[in-house]
Formats: sequence, structure tokens, C-alpha cells
Amino acid sequence: MRLKDKFSELEKKKEKALIGFFTAGDPNPSSTIKIAEALIEGGVDILELGLPFSDPIADGPLIQKSSERSLRAGMNPDVYFELAKGIKADIPLVCLTYYNLVLQRGLDSFVRDCVSSNISSLIVPDLPVEESTPLHEACLRHELDLIYLVAPTTTDKRLKAISERARGFIYLVSSLGVTGVRESVSASVKPNISRIRAVSGDIPLAVGFGISRPAHVREVADAGADGIIVGSAFVRLIEEHSDNINQLTDKVRDLCMDLKKQTKGR
Amino acid sequence: MVLPDKHGKYEQYGGKFAPEVLMPAIEDVERGYNEIAKKREFQDELNYLLSEFAGRPTPLYHARNLSKQVDGASIYLKREDLLHGGAHKINNTLGQALLAKKMGKKRIIAETGAGQHGVATAIAARALGLECEVYMGTEDIERQKLNVFRMNLLGARVIPVTSGSCTLKDAINEAMRDWVTNVEDTYYLIGSVVGPHPYPLMVRGFQSVIGKETRRQIMDKEGRLPDKIIACVGGGSNAMGIFHEFIGERRIELVGVEAGGKGLDTKEHGASLGLGTDGVLHGMYSKLLQDKYGQISISYSISAGLDYPGVGPELSYLVKSGRVKVSHATDEQALKAFGMLCRSEGIIPALESSHAVHQAIELAGSMNVDDIIVVNLSGRGDKDVYTVAEAQGVKI
Repeated sequence: MRLKDKFSELEKKKEKALIGFFTAGDPNPSSTIKIAEALIEGGVDILELGLPFSDPIADGPLIQKSSERSLRAGMNPDVYFELAKGIKADIPLVCLTYYNLVLQRGLDSFVRDCVSSNISSLIVPDLPVEESTPLHEACLRHELDLIYLVAPTTTDKRLKAISERARGFIYLVSSLGVTGVRESVSASVKPNISRIRAVSGDIPLAVGFGISRPAHVREVADAGADGIIVGSAFVRLIEEHSDNINQLTDKVRDLCMDLKKQTKGR
Repeated sequence: MVLPDKHGKYEQYGGKFAPEVLMPAIEDVERGYNEIAKKREFQDELNYLLSEFAGRPTPLYHARNLSKQVDGASIYLKREDLLHGGAHKINNTLGQALLAKKMGKKRIIAETGAGQHGVATAIAARALGLECEVYMGTEDIERQKLNVFRMNLLGARVIPVTSGSCTLKDAINEAMRDWVTNVEDTYYLIGSVVGPHPYPLMVRGFQSVIGKETRRQIMDKEGRLPDKIIACVGGGSNAMGIFHEFIGERRIELVGVEAGGKGLDTKEHGASLGLGTDGVLHGMYSKLLQDKYGQISISYSISAGLDYPGVGPELSYLVKSGRVKVSHATDEQALKAFGMLCRSEGIIPALESSHAVHQAIELAGSMNVDDIIVVNLSGRGDKDVYTVAEAQGVKI
């Protein structure tokens, strides 16, 4: 399913998108489909599935450790695409990975493998707009949405260049820093959303980084985001309950349901 | 054509592959380097610090005993080991710290492998009144205790890095994460010709004083340019520092010597130029040690400063274009060259620089007595005496 269709479906239902992230292969490849199903049952609207890289510079300690666990358990792009194919659900799947993994597979091959694994979009956090032309073109050729990140530090000039290329949604980094669980949501989210919308126009805007609790989700939804991205909070559950898959999937589903409630009736 | 181009590319190498949060900060550094650092006033202040504080110019010393011993070409040593702090690193840290200060930043952060860049950053921060924090892998902290203590004495805080392989590459990751978080008041002072543009260009710019002095000095002493110039390569800053001046002198052979570690037929080495493949790490497109999926390999060398699975993009380009030749020295060969230089000249070289000394000894033997080799002796070896003692089975 394409992101565009999901966002218009949600708009009709007066809901915001809950976007859930976890690292594929953590704690091992055989749990990935079960964790994905728990998120989907819990009500996630869009699923971001991380393909781990050895040197994830945009990620905080929780996702770093998750990447290390996954790589140690044998995760690689071949396994990743097989797992993605096994996720049976009619929601958009997003691949999140670092550029070197895309490069080494070959841009067209990587994008093709995404499409044939039911993945409809791609986020590459270390690929800024000035370096994205080759991947942007490969994505256009195969109809995959390449999602760009914007930050509170992004200038209007950069924002304009990013908006021209953005597909699917724009990923607003809530505050300066890496991914992780934080106590509160930055007060700058609301003014940043208005600033970005003024330039980016109609494309949906999803906010991520540091959002872990229902109260955070409500706050970001109130601030006007179309989507709310929660990652490290799920990754932390995986870390804490990696030895008991049933307990883990219960916890993931419960958290997801609590978060999803906050996105309804908007 | 003058490289890099306006996108910071040396043909396919280089560029800016950084998270969006950092891009405006990187643009600021680029503007700062192009505008502030090119001004006469900045240049004068930097030259003052380099000569009065750091000890430039460094001698170009004719290693007569060693030359005699190898019975071939004359070997000259560019004595960067005599600089304040004990290595060429201070050329760059004074330049960038001065730039940070002029840009109004209060805090500088750095990564360090061997600890030489960390020490040089701590020194520059003290000299210019900036707050300084240095990221260092726990593996390197263990190998380089002396430098950790030196940084502490100099008022810098050393932050241990426990992720990944706990070495230089992970220290860079962690420094970038810090910069992402504190981008508003913090300047990231990268220690080598690596990272996103403009760092490779800027660090080469601040280090190229080595080559400029070398040209003048060899002309004074020999009335001609050398036949070969040899430098060790980790990230590549001392190599680019001495090579850059001579890129256009096609007759001079430029040789970069990488860490052969336990041998290129093992997995334990740091030969990214020799055996690496193209990819993206730490904001740059360059030669990397990696697996077929693009996961970065763990490099190895007895010398922490060469223990890095990437290399500066300009060196990747220069090696690909054939202008720079790449070679390597194993741990064992570097240790042997280390001992030879100690005993022949009374100079204790850094283990990093010992890799270049090894290559010079190898090449000099088959050259004529009229031929000239210049080795960039990038650092002194005091920091390495524990490692060398351990390799010799001596307890100190």
C-alpha cells in the first residue's frame, strides 16, 4: 500500500497516522514477523522496518544496540527482504537504512527489491538532498517513495529543495539529537510544523525522534502533525523482553494500542 | 581542473553524506573556512601560533646514519615529531580551533584514535580559551593511557566510547552524534582529511604547510626536489599535508603506507586504499573496508592512528588516478623500522610514522646514492613505548 492512500484514508477517518519502527532481526530474524504483526494488531498505520547498519550515526544507544543485536543474529539485506515479504498486512511498509547498504546492493537493485517485498517507501537518514539525485531517480523509475528528513536547523532554502523532491511524507526530526526515548516533546515542534508547512504545502508531515508515550503522541498530534513516529520505545521493549517472545509481543501490542488511541477523532 | 569541485567531490569521491540536522552546520563551517580562514588577519594569527606556540618550521633532517646503513638513496626526515604535542596534528587543530573561535563557538569536540589528535585539540582549546571534549574508544584508551592522562592534564574531558569496535571509527560516530545534539554552540574539530566536505579540503589546507616547508628546505639543502615522498596513511592527514604541494610535480613518486597489521592476507589490517572498496562512511564517499552488504569491517593495526577502516576521499581519488602509490607495512615491519630509527639516528618515531620509515628503508636500498627520499616523520614515539615494550616482551 502506498503512503498517499493511507494518509487519505486516515483523513477520512479523522485520524493521524501512528508510525511504528523497529529493527528487523532484533533479537533474531525469526521474531521479526511476530513483532510486526503485534504492531499491526496494536493499530499501527504505517510500519517502518529498520535494516541495520554497523555505524548508525543518527541513532542513539537504544537503536545502536538493537542494530548490533540484529547484525550478530545474522541480519543482512537478503534476509531482510525475505522477512518483509512475509509480513501480511495491508499497510504501507517503509524501509529505513543507511546509504552504504543501498549503494552496495546497487541503487536499482535495492529499490527493486523493496518494491518486490511490498515496501512502498525508503528513508535514508545519512543521505541529504544534495547527494540524493541518483537514488531519487532510481526511486522514480520503480515508483518507490523516497522520504526526506528535515530538522529544526533546516533553513528555508534547504526546505524548498527538499519539498520539491519529497514523496510520501516529510519526516520532521522533533529536536536536535539522535533517536531515543526522551522525557518530553520539544516546544519547538509546533512552530516548526507551521514553518515547514508554509514551504512544503500539502505533503503529509510526520514527526519523530524522542516520542515514546501516549502523552507525547497527543501533544504532537495537537501540534498539527499528520503522523507520529515511535521507534525507540518499541526497541526498548524488544531489549527488555528478548527472551520471551509472547510477553514481548503482548507488550508491543499494548503500547501500540495506547499510542494509537491518541491519534483518533482529529 | 581544480579538485574538489563545488560539491566537495574528487571525481566520485568525497561529498557530504550527513544527516539533515548537521547540514546547516556543515554549510556554516564551509562558509567559515572560505570567508574567515582566507582572510589575511586570520592567516597572520595562525602563522603566529604555528611559529611561536607550535614550533614551526620543523627541520628537514638528513638522516645520514640511516642513509648510510641502507646504502642507497639519501633519506630526509620531515620532523613533524618535534612539534608541540608531538605530532603534525597541531597544524590542523590550531587552524580549526581558531576558526571555531572566530565563528563564535564556545565548545569544541573531537574524536581521537591514538590520542594525538585529542591532545592536539586539547592544547589548541587551552591556547584559545575554548571548552574541549574528546571522544575516544575504550580499546584505544587502554592502548594509549599516557595520552588520556595528557588530555586530562590539559583540561579536556575524555569521553569513553563503548559502541561497535570501541576504536576510532566509533569515536567519530559518537562525536557526530554529539554534534547533532549540540550543533548550535559546538564545533566538531575533525582530526583528519575525512568526513563530509569541507573537512577533507580544510584539513588538507591546514596541513599543507608541511609540504610547503619541505619544498623550500630541500631546495636549500639539495638544490632540487626529491625523487620520492613517503608518508603513512590512516585517515591521511599527514600524507595529504606533505603530498599536496607536490601533486603537480609528476616526476616525484608519492607513496602512502597503510597499516598491514598482521598481513594483508589476514583480516587484521587497515589497508583501505589497498584493499578497500567504494562506499559511504562518516559523511564521505571513499575507499572502505567493508563486507559485500556494506557493513563496515573492523580494522586493525598495532598503531591506533592507522587503525581506521576508511581513508580521506582525496587520497582515494589520487590512488585511483595513479598519482599516489599505495603500499603497506605490517606491525612487525613497523616495529623493526621503529628500532632502526631509534638506534641509527637517536629519534624515537611514532609507530604510525614507523610504517613510512619501513617503506623508505625498503625503497632506498634499491636506489642510487644521488637519489633523495623524504619521509614525513609525522609524530614522535613516546606514546608508543608501552606498546613496543609489550611487543618485545619487556615489562616497564
